[in-house]
Amino acid sequence: MKNTLRQVFHSSKFVAGFVIFIAILLLLFIYPLINPGNPLEMIGVGTFAKPGTYVSLYDAINTEPETLRLSDADDKRLAKQLSMEDRVAMIEWFDAMGIAVDFDMSDTEALLDLWDSHYDPATKPKGMTQAKRNYYKRLNNALQELKAGDEIIIAESDEAGVLTENDTVNKTDYVNVNAVANVKVLPLGTDNFGRDVLKELVSATGTSILIGLIAGAVATIIGLTFGLLAGYMGGIADDIIMFITNVFTVIPGFVLLILISYSIGQDQRGASVVALVIGLTSWTWTARSVRSQVISLRNRDHVNLSKLSGHSLVRIIMTDILPYIASYVVMAFILQVSSGILSEAQLSLLGLGPKTTEVPTLGLMMNWSMLYSAHTNGSWWAYFPVILTITLISFSLNLMNTGLDQVFNPTLRD
Amino acid sequence: MKGYRKYFGKKILWFVITLIVAVILNFILPRLMPADPVAAITGKMAQGMTDATAVKEIYERYEKEFGTNKPMIEQFWIFVKNMFKGDLGTSFSQYPRKVSDIISSAIGWTIALQLPAIIVGWLLGNILGALAAYVRKFFDKVLLPLSLFLSNVPAFGMAVVLLVVFAVNLKVAPISGGYAFDMIPNLSWKFIASVIEHYQLPFWSIVLISIGGQAIGMRSMSIYELNADYVKYARFLGIKDRKIVGYVFRNAMLPQVTGLALSIGTMIGGALVAEIIFSYPGLGSTMYAAVTAADYPLISATTLIITFMVLVVTFLLDIVYGFIDPRVKAAQLD
Repeated sequence: MKNTLRQVFHSSKFVAGFVIFIAILLLLFIYPLINPGNPLEMIGVGTFAKPGTYVSLYDAINTEPETLRLSDADDKRLAKQLSMEDRVAMIEWFDAMGIAVDFDMSDTEALLDLWDSHYDPATKPKGMTQAKRNYYKRLNNALQELKAGDEIIIAESDEAGVLTENDTVNKTDYVNVNAVANVKVLPLGTDNFGRDVLKELVSATGTSILIGLIAGAVATIIGLTFGLLAGYMGGIADDIIMFITNVFTVIPGFVLLILISYSIGQDQRGASVVALVIGLTSWTWTARSVRSQVISLRNRDHVNLSKLSGHSLVRIIMTDILPYIASYVVMAFILQVSSGILSEAQLSLLGLGPKTTEVPTLGLMMNWSMLYSAHTNGSWWAYFPVILTITLISFSLNLMNTGLDQVFNPTLRD
Repeated sequence: MKGYRKYFGKKILWFVITLIVAVILNFILPRLMPADPVAAITGKMAQGMTDATAVKEIYERYEKEFGTNKPMIEQFWIFVKNMFKGDLGTSFSQYPRKVSDIISSAIGWTIALQLPAIIVGWLLGNILGALAAYVRKFFDKVLLPLSLFLSNVPAFGMAVVLLVVFAVNLKVAPISGGYAFDMIPNLSWKFIASVIEHYQLPFWSIVLISIGGQAIGMRSMSIYELNADYVKYARFLGIKDRKIVGYVFRNAMLPQVTGLALSIGTMIGGALVAEIIFSYPGLGSTMYAAVTAADYPLISATTLIITFMVLVVTFLLDIVYGFIDPRVKAAQLD
């Protein structure tokens, strides 16, 4: 046993997969300690807030400012405020006036310099409508205001609706983020419900791995039992079991999955029920491979010796057969876990996943982000981390499997 | 010919048996469940109705339409009889369209998408896998981890990534559908061009994910064959490398055909889910729409048709296998 383990951990593929998987598992345990709370809590009111650090504006205004004079502050502010459309419009104006633009549109400083030196509200470029000219005037005024104004007034309104100046915020006022009472870091933004995606993702990964483990365990137990019985007993038991196995290998498992999941109904479909159903529809692979292994073992000398010694069936299977096929069973189990996670995701995408109110799963996150068209409105953080997580889990499990395969199948060794 | 007859006879028998089991399961699984589908449908239809007798009437009407008031075995015969007539019931969500009508307009899209994609993916994967086995060093270091990673990207994930990169960001492909939304299917060049344009992303997403898995399988098989005694013997005899590779490839192909037959169901399942991402007008999207609308007859019909498709493909692969497997060939000489 110890020797086998040492051999297994010598395989670089297995170790790579193992490290990735353990890293994911560690993250699942550590992250909730850093960021505790209900992963399904809807903190955002809007949908798909961008990833980043959110500073409470209210608290920031009420925090004592420091004055910092930064030379590039104005430029940065302008660059942020000047929208893409406005930039395009400015370039169009230069074109209409026949002024050569030899820099990139994103170069705010050069753009504004050129604008300041050439723009004149009185000019009338050829073929430009009055409305368009007015647009440029407004744009110019907005730009001048942005550059000129240096404070924002904070006012309070009394009962009569009269505003009284309360405070001013200067351009040069800065607050230390640490001094602001409420700062929320959302590394992956929020989803369509306004939930913290990273927190939800960690919790969902846990649930999905659990679903995979339950499904894998159920499938392996059924497959192992059937495979052992069919392989060892032979005869009529073998015929019956192989008949069932053959039929269910060809009938696609996901079709059964869809039929059963739909029939169970949304209310009864918890995460564990889904896991159980996945396990019940995916055992045929294990049964097949275990059976073929057992058949090759059945007539070995040590098994015959046990038989002659009058050992019971259970004992023969436990001591003379199981240890020899253990590696295959472990490998099959690993594959079942990874395909279980994938099945849950596909089922959820079809709208047949676990019910949505209790726990997040990777499939459900994917399903909701697709329903709210995160993929077409550019909210990559709602779906891409989910795809990456599924891929990484399944990649690590398959890598472990390949490594094991190479250890136990010497012909495949590098 | 006797060997073939026996082989094919056995395969046909299996095809028929699995088909019968599939039909029975398709019939019985939803009916085994404690939830009463007719009650669920009635509940949906009678939403907001307070008149108990009216609700009861709706329930009885549906019971009659589905025949759920008859004994189970009689229901089954009606189900089978209607199935042979091509009558799979009436859709709820697209009333009064027949389910068979909806299915027949969707099935062409799915077959035209998946069949070529799976074949191309399989071929490319096998060629890459055989190369990887032959030119071990470089391919093993670079290609194996890469294809292992690619083969683990879920089909829908690949679909989303391709969609976002090529359709949303680069705008070189349309975002959704099987053809431009302002067109009516017809046989003009414009329509065909639009179909081909919409075909690219779904097609490549299926090809890309199937390449990896096939390449890995083919690589292991080829390595196994390359180490076989007959290869060593052939080398000793001084047979040209190219000729040996040909033999190895042919022998390694056999398990790959079986592997394809065994995994075709899973592949089709994944590709059906990927269809949803592209809103491709095939069976996957039909099933999704049916699930969302709780359109029970349509769900049951799509699962039946998909099972049938998978069974037919598996059967055809078995037949092909019979022609290329020398052992089956040898059996007919007996």
